[in-house]
Amino acid sequence: MAVESDVMEAAGPYDRARALSAFKLGDITFYWITRLCAISVLLILGGIIISLIVGAWPAIREYGAAFLWTQRWAPSADPPVLGALGPIYGTLITSVIAMMIAIPVGLGIAVFLTEICPLWLRRPIGLAVELLAGIPSIIYGMWGFFVLGPFLANTFQPFMISVFDGVPVLGTIFGGPPSYLSLFNASLILAIMVLPFITSISVDVFKTVPPVLKEAAYGVGCTTWEVVRNVVIPYTRVGVIGGIMLALGRALGETMAVTFIIGNSFKIQSSIFAPGTTISAAIASEFAESDGLHQSGLILLGLLLFVLTFFVLAAARLMLLRLEKKAGN
Amino acid sequence: MNPIYASRRRNDIIIRGLCMGAALFGVTWLALILFTLFYNGLSGISLAVFTQDTPPPGSTEGGLRNAIIGSIIMTVIGVGIGAPLGLFAGTYLAEYGKHDKLTSVIRFINDILLSAPSIIIGLFIYGAIVVPMGGFSAFAGCLALAVIVIPVVVRTTEDMLGLVPNPLREAASALGLPRSLVIRRIAYRAARSGLITGVLLATARIAGETAPLLFTALSNQFFSLNLTKTMANLPVTINNFVQSPYAYWKELAWSGALLITLTVLALNIGARILGAERTSK
Repeated sequence: MAVESDVMEAAGPYDRARALSAFKLGDITFYWITRLCAISVLLILGGIIISLIVGAWPAIREYGAAFLWTQRWAPSADPPVLGALGPIYGTLITSVIAMMIAIPVGLGIAVFLTEICPLWLRRPIGLAVELLAGIPSIIYGMWGFFVLGPFLANTFQPFMISVFDGVPVLGTIFGGPPSYLSLFNASLILAIMVLPFITSISVDVFKTVPPVLKEAAYGVGCTTWEVVRNVVIPYTRVGVIGGIMLALGRALGETMAVTFIIGNSFKIQSSIFAPGTTISAAIASEFAESDGLHQSGLILLGLLLFVLTFFVLAAARLMLLRLEKKAGN
Repeated sequence: MNPIYASRRRNDIIIRGLCMGAALFGVTWLALILFTLFYNGLSGISLAVFTQDTPPPGSTEGGLRNAIIGSIIMTVIGVGIGAPLGLFAGTYLAEYGKHDKLTSVIRFINDILLSAPSIIIGLFIYGAIVVPMGGFSAFAGCLALAVIVIPVVVRTTEDMLGLVPNPLREAASALGLPRSLVIRRIAYRAARSGLITGVLLATARIAGETAPLLFTALSNQFFSLNLTKTMANLPVTINNFVQSPYAYWKELAWSGALLITLTVLALNIGARILGAERTSK
């Protein structure tokens, strides 16, 4: 007994000190590993910005600000003439049309899921919409190329063209001839792709409305639509707008789905049934075979896209943060 | 009935109908896409798809073996690099820097990277890796995928560690466990299924990514395991085959598309089931 306790005393303090210092070392190492990894997120952003600017520099020096409003894109001319107006126009117009389709539908689905749908149907429909977000964009592109494009060109486009034929302005926007590859086809695919983002964020923010508010409105005899319009939407407006901006950010930068079905034409045409191009589609289809100034111009396009989406996404996040704070209080 | 009541009811019924229509619209697209994929892709799936390499132009024999294996390799390495980095970064945000200024900046930037266009990531890796290394390589493709994985894992890790109740950590600290062990032995274990969910979602996200591989890993017609050379992968192979004039290539593209979609959807559903288990507990 005595012997044992002697051994314990002899071993005790020594082991304790060693264990404690090992703990301390482990603690500090782990802290710094996690901290460095966290900082690497900032380094990635810095790396993206620097590498884009470095890559785009020759084109910036050559074309300057005129790059933004030149329409001609002739990389094989000598010297190459590069202007971003076509892709910028295509990017904005496809995103705007896509949002015009996706916002009402996405919000409609969100209202359906939170207010109208029977409980047992909520999960399956919610899951189906979320799975739409999971499908890789190349699959959308392929599907749009083989299925949707031909379908639209044979049915919807001729219908719209004949309806608006001769009408001023609208007649030009919906002008012929129908085409498998067009700005409108790309917009519709984009709308389907961003739909889940609008829906899932709207559902999330609709859930933050205190039930008491809705019950009070129903209690005084409001219909479902009146509750949504006068209680739910005003309460969650900032969050819904945040979700929409997030979806817009996605639509602006979407690449593969658009590349297949937009037709890759740098010419700006007034009809939305005409082929066009977007910034990302231009990069995806030309980058691998480009060099020199042409490549630099494509990287400059990428830089423009990054700046554009950065601001849209930053605005989206700030709005959602504001709503989170409100929900927290 | 009072005309005001009647019009209010009519409006309500119209809006309800429109909302139902919207839901139907959304579900229809998923059904249509899946139907087309099965209709066109299933007939082409045979043993040859998995055992033979991509055919040369014009040939009607061949499969997708090199592309499937290349995709698996690049996805695994991408997740292998990105997931630990994201896990540690998320740990810092949730455990150490909860009230830090740095944390809110990193969280904000991370959320932006989460939705940044993937083609920009491709351009970044092209400028940062491909040009200095002097050529396209599978390794550059892996890095591009890793950059996409990181924000996804950071976000889910932070969220999931935030759900672990503080009394658990306090109890462990009261027993004298140092901070790093509290995190690794207690918080990680409590949040395990949530952390796995994040990694699964990240894997699903990169499994079908095409844009960042277009000018990093490129593609390769032949079977290759060399990370310093171009490597075949399913998304870019599909991309090339769809735009080709050969019927057999298009058929293979549909089969590949079906494989990718099923994999990605399975990963998504798996992640969701795992996540649902956690919240219902």
